[in-house]
Amino acid sequence: MQLVLLGGSISRASVMTESRDNENSLIRRVASFARKCLFGILSVGPIPNHIAFIMDGNRRYAKKNNLEEGAGHKLGFTALMSMLRYCYELNVKYVTIYAFSIDNFKRRPEEVQSLMELIREKIEGLIKEESIVNQYGVRVHFVGDLKLLDESVRLAAKRAMVATSKNSKAVLSICIAYTSTNEIMNAVKQSCEEKWEEHKKLGSCGTTNGLIDYAEKVGRKGNNFIGLSDIERHLYTRVTPPPDILVRTSGETRLSNFLLWQSASSLLYSPSVLWPEIGLRHLVWAILNFQRNHSYFEKKRKQV
Amino acid sequence: MDGLVSSLLLLLLLLLFGGVTSIWPYQSLKFWSKILRLISRLSNQSPNNTALGSDGFPEQLRRELMPRHVAVILDGNRRWAKEKGLTFIEGYRAGFVAFRVFVGICVQWDIPIVSLFLFSSENWRRPQISLRTYLHASRSNRETNSEIPELGVRVSVIGDTCSLPISLQELIKETEKETEKGTKCHLILAMSYGGQNDIVQACQGIATKVKHGFLEPEDITRPLVEQELQTRVTNVPSPDLLIRTSGELRISNYYLWQSAYTEMYFTTTYWPDFDRGEFIEALLSFQQRGRHFGRN
Repeated sequence: MQLVLLGGSISRASVMTESRDNENSLIRRVASFARKCLFGILSVGPIPNHIAFIMDGNRRYAKKNNLEEGAGHKLGFTALMSMLRYCYELNVKYVTIYAFSIDNFKRRPEEVQSLMELIREKIEGLIKEESIVNQYGVRVHFVGDLKLLDESVRLAAKRAMVATSKNSKAVLSICIAYTSTNEIMNAVKQSCEEKWEEHKKLGSCGTTNGLIDYAEKVGRKGNNFIGLSDIERHLYTRVTPPPDILVRTSGETRLSNFLLWQSASSLLYSPSVLWPEIGLRHLVWAILNFQRNHSYFEKKRKQV
Repeated sequence: MDGLVSSLLLLLLLLLFGGVTSIWPYQSLKFWSKILRLISRLSNQSPNNTALGSDGFPEQLRRELMPRHVAVILDGNRRWAKEKGLTFIEGYRAGFVAFRVFVGICVQWDIPIVSLFLFSSENWRRPQISLRTYLHASRSNRETNSEIPELGVRVSVIGDTCSLPISLQELIKETEKETEKGTKCHLILAMSYGGQNDIVQACQGIATKVKHGFLEPEDITRPLVEQELQTRVTNVPSPDLLIRTSGELRISNYYLWQSAYTEMYFTTTYWPDFDRGEFIEALLSFQQRGRHFGRN
């Protein structure tokens, strides 16, 4: 009798969880459908090609909700996955995120270590078959001075880039060990080294026929040893166009050395919400503002 | 659940918006723009508390938290004139009056360095007539403007000045020479300036040094680049606060390298209306921010 009752209660419990699962998946399907309709309406206007995110506020969120230290970053990662899903459903081709700055290395060593561990774990998660990058055909790029990273993180990053190199529908650039000033200086160094090599080659070969014209061309450039195109060619972010919208959460309105060169004409959006709390409504608001300014901005650009 | 409810609500709003817009597109967009502008104006309404202490310094601000370098993008002269039904040249004149008042306030409150973005290298391709009227307005104002040297202000001009008319170039040289000895405030005027061009010319300077053997590529550091940028006229090239008027939320190729850690403040007020009260609001906002420079 008791066994029957126990069996009955277990089966009732399993039916209840099953119906709750069904309810959840039904809600998820309805939500997904509503989102599709919403994005269909938004797509009538111009959709940004490239959105960049500065994911600020993870630690403040953990503090506000009395969570342990690393929990804020983990919840931040969940929020990032949702935002990526919304962006790719909306056909935003390029997304760039500011994961870790070179300045952040100056934080407490324990914090830096745990962040690096989390980053490595999440990169490995991205390579898995069922991850969002494979679902939406996203190619992953790691942008920054990767030599500054630990061996394990660097190897994981290289593996992720190789694993997703065949994806072509969208691009995700993850800025890690990155600052914009470091990127520009690196571009200048590489341009100088490239031109220096060419210069030395000319010097050692003398003036053989094939090189005469080239020598003259370089000489004609005069003082302009390097130009704008040389710098742009050597930037880490050369594979992506400039961002249309730059979103920074937690209400701070500063760039913190992120994409300084590239965001010369990006729309800056700084909602006061903390990064783990960011939702669909913030993305939609950013895009509506972008669409509102787009015609005025295009008109100004045509005058240039 | 929360995502579902907000999706449905947004969907309904957008259906309404989409329906109305498709019937009257031009009028709808203008209408919605005005509504959004009104909402942001109402939420930004300053209490206009311009109470000053006995030394002329605002009571709400703290002296020790004042920025050392303030940069402003003077935007909105034309739109201000259009709203008031005036001509563009009257808009630029009003903008110039606001500029003189602003410089006076900065001197009074001991802000050592002020950068003002007058127009960029891209603006040169705007309709020629508007540029000519702006230059005419700025030249005639500057000729009668004998106040600035008396205030103890040192003026420097940065940007691609070689592309400006010869008469204006000479006026610039004269003004810089006359005000060389000013110590109260350093006013940096950015004319025909582009942030990317500034970085490129700095890099070209460095590359030339590398080419002639004075430098190795490994010696290129951040301070070295800052010594080559056009903002080398001052020893604090990075602004602490950047203000942009008229509601545009962009940097528009102004200070790019220099504003790596700059706090930005955007207001929907047009530049001719940017007065003492608005400036106090901007400084209050600045003083309440926590600046970590990525370290904390």
